[in-house]
Amino acid sequence: MSKEVNYNKLTDNEIILGILNNSNATLQHLYKSYFPMIFKLIINNNGNEDDAKDIYQEGIIILHDKIKSGDFELTSKLKTFLYSVCRRLWLKRLNHKSRFSENIKDYEDHFSVDAEIANHEEKDQQFEIMGSALASLGEPCKTIIEDFYMNNLSMQDICDKFGYTNADNAKTQKYKCLQRLKKLFFNVK
Amino acid sequence: MSSELDLIKKIEAYLFEEMTVAELAVFEQERKNDSALDHKVVAHLNFLKSLKSFGEEKSLKAQMNLIHDEIDVYSLKNELEEKPLAYISFWRKNQRSLSVAASVAIIATLITVFIMNQFNGTNQISNYSELKRDMETIKRSQNALIRNIKSDKQTNDVSHFGGTGFAISPNGYLVTNYHVVKEADSIYVQNNKGDAFKAETIYIDPSTDIAILQIIDQSFKNLATLPYTFKKSDADLGEDVFTIGYPKDDVVYGKGYLSSATGFGGDSIAYQVSIPVNPGNSGGPLLDNKGNVIGIISGKQTQADGAAFAVKSDFLLRAFNSIPQDSLKNKIVLNKKNTLSGLNRQKQIKKIEDFIFIVKVYN
Repeated sequence: MSKEVNYNKLTDNEIILGILNNSNATLQHLYKSYFPMIFKLIINNNGNEDDAKDIYQEGIIILHDKIKSGDFELTSKLKTFLYSVCRRLWLKRLNHKSRFSENIKDYEDHFSVDAEIANHEEKDQQFEIMGSALASLGEPCKTIIEDFYMNNLSMQDICDKFGYTNADNAKTQKYKCLQRLKKLFFNVK
Repeated sequence: MSSELDLIKKIEAYLFEEMTVAELAVFEQERKNDSALDHKVVAHLNFLKSLKSFGEEKSLKAQMNLIHDEIDVYSLKNELEEKPLAYISFWRKNQRSLSVAASVAIIATLITVFIMNQFNGTNQISNYSELKRDMETIKRSQNALIRNIKSDKQTNDVSHFGGTGFAISPNGYLVTNYHVVKEADSIYVQNNKGDAFKAETIYIDPSTDIAILQIIDQSFKNLATLPYTFKKSDADLGEDVFTIGYPKDDVVYGKGYLSSATGFGGDSIAYQVSIPVNPGNSGGPLLDNKGNVIGIISGKQTQADGAAFAVKSDFLLRAFNSIPQDSLKNKIVLNKKNTLSGLNRQKQIKKIEDFIFIVKVYN
C-alpha cells in the first residue's frame, strides 16, 4: 500500500497546512503514515483490527480538530502527539473493559494529552446527542438540514431536490425543521 | 412558538446576510437592547456551529474509512503483531481455567490424603501383602544366627563358626540347629566352665533345622539330672520366654515374649519370638516361665524389629523319636521332671547354664 503511493514524505508543517486547506491528499498521507504505528500499539496490547481502526480515527479527529481550531502549536512532532492521544484513548478503553490497568507495551515516546482527550470527550458527547436528535427528526427534515448545513447545498438545490414550488417554501420548511431539531437537541441535553 | 420561528428566521437571515441594511440595523439594535435576545442569537450560532462540525466530522470519518479501506490490514497485522511465546499465550488465554484446575487438584489431593488417613486400616492390609512379598525376598537374607568366630580375635585360632547347644539328656546328647553344624569337619562343645569336648552329629533334620549331637570325648562325665523338660503342646501367644546362649564366649541371657504362633512367612514349625538374639544364639533353648523348653532359637528377620524365630519343641521331640534307639551307645532318656518351676529367674538360670554349651564348628 504505502509503497505504491508515490508521494514525498510531507513535513509536519505541510500536513498542518494541508489539513487547514481541507486537502484530501494530505489527510490520506497523514492517515497512512501513522496507522501502522497505532496498529502495532493496539494489536500488541490486547486489541484487534477494529479497535485499532476506531482508536486511530478518533486520534486523527482530535488532531484534525486541534489543527482546525487554529491553536495548534507545533511543540511536538505530529507523530508523538498522535501516539500519545491514541495511547491515552486505548488505555481508557482498556480500563473500561477492565482488562488492564496501566501496564501496556509502549513503542514510542508519549506525553500527557489529558486536556485534548477531555475536550474531545465533551465534544463527542454533544455529537452523540446531535446524532440521535437528527435521527429522530425524521424525513424530509433530516435530509434538508444535512443538505443545507453540512453538505452546503443552496436553498435552490434543495428546492429542486424535494420539489418545492419555490425557494421560500423550502426555506420555511427548513426553519421549521431547524426549530424542531433545536428542541430535540436541547431537550435531550 | 411562532415567535421562536420568527426569531429563527431573523437569525438565519442575519447569518446568511439576507437582510436589508435597514433590517440589519434594527436587528443589531434589538440585540444590543435585549440581552436575552442576544443570548438566543449566540446560542443559535453555537448550535449551528456544532451542527456544522458534526457534519464535518461525519464527512471526515467517511473520508477516513475510504482511506482505511486502501490499507491492507491483514498483512500489516502479520508484520506488526508480536507473536508471544506459545506457552505464554496459552497461559494468558487459559489463565483462569488453569488456576481453577490447579486449585481443584490441590483440594482433591488434600481430600485424598484426608480419606487415606480415615481408612488407615485398609491401607495397612495392603501394606501387609506387600510386606509378605518383601519377606519372600528377605527369606534368603534371614540371618542364621551362627556366630562367625573367625572375626572374633580372641578365638581366632580356635574355630570358624559357633552356635549354642543344650543338653537333652545327662549322658552327653545335645541339640542344636542343623545350620550350625552343617558341613562341619569336626565339632567341639564347650561348657560354661571352659571345658571343651569333642562331639559328633548323630542325627540331622534340615527341614526343621534340628541337629542332635553326641559328646564322644573320653573326658566327658555325665551331667546332673536335667532341670528342664520339653513341652509337647504349643505354647501360648504372649507367654514370657527367655533364652540362654553364647553370642559371645560367655553365657548371655535374653528375655522376651512369644509374639506369633508361626515363624518366618507363616512357617508352622517355628514360633515368632520378640527377644534380643544375635549371631551365636542359634541352637539355644527357648524356655517358658516354668522352665519348659518350648523351642530352639534358629534365626531372626534382618529387616524387622523384634522378630526372632524358634523351632517348636514338638519337632524336637519328633526328632528324638525318629532316632533309632538301637543305634545309640547310650539311650536318650528324656527328663520328665521339671525342677525349675517356682524358682525365680536368677536361680533358674544358675541351674540351667551348666547344660548350655558353645558349639564350635570347624570346616
